[in-house]
Amino acid sequence: MTSSGKAVVTLPTDKQILIEREFDAPKELVYKAYTTPELIKRWWAGKRGEVTLVEVDLRVGGGWRYVMNASSGGFEVGFHGEYREIVANERLVSTEVYEGMPDAEALDTLTLTEEDGRTKLSILVEHEKQEHRDGHIESGMEGGMQESMDALEEVAKSLG
Amino acid sequence: MARAATTTDAFNAVAEPRRRQILDLLAEGERPVNDLVERLGLAQPQVSKHLRVLREVGLVDVRDEGRRRFYRLNGEPLKPIHDWVGAFEQAWTERFEVLDVVLEELKRKDKGDGHDDEQR
Repeated sequence: MTSSGKAVVTLPTDKQILIEREFDAPKELVYKAYTTPELIKRWWAGKRGEVTLVEVDLRVGGGWRYVMNASSGGFEVGFHGEYREIVANERLVSTEVYEGMPDAEALDTLTLTEEDGRTKLSILVEHEKQEHRDGHIESGMEGGMQESMDALEEVAKSLG
Repeated sequence: MARAATTTDAFNAVAEPRRRQILDLLAEGERPVNDLVERLGLAQPQVSKHLRVLREVGLVDVRDEGRRRFYRLNGEPLKPIHDWVGAFEQAWTERFEVLDVVLEELKRKDKGDGHDDEQR
């Protein structure tokens, strides 16, 4: 298995999303990249925009907030939550709210397991309702947002 | 984008872990019912119940040969699920590709600091 590969997304139950990927790095470094604001800023928006704000208060009960600016469309999307459980380099449990859908709070569990210097990362996202989970997949991500903005642009053009 | 919230669509059919297990087994090829029962370690009525749900949403096809009943996978109804999750999966794939770059840098720095680096 190479380090660059597809993220594997599965839906273990009708309220859950499971995201898995393996990295060619020890778990300490993956954890560091996952929890250090300057580093989160670099990767979290992927290739679809720029992270404009990262706040991390890494302690149980502490809050986090990420805001990104989508590269096309010029709109901002924000996510925030609270840390619930912290086992450095191994496990991070936090709540997550996509600010476009403030009622749908999810519980995210990040798990890192290392073997032979490689780290398996998994993020289990658990929603309270299936419709929230479905909404998360459809619009909570930049991908879906991007598509709906593109669609909106098409509509705007046709009106013009 | 929204999907029908019925209990009889493919989305719900694959939400059940045992049913996903059946689909995995059938992905390897057609199998008779007793073979599925054996491999799943479940009672025959339970397996039949799962197979009925999968059949109703068109995820499996059935064929009788003498007294034996064979099931095979029909992947078609899975396509909407694949497409639906696809954009989400793509966003994470891209995000992790950038994370790979960040990690390579951290590894180089770690090495520079005199820490062990077993990889490469």
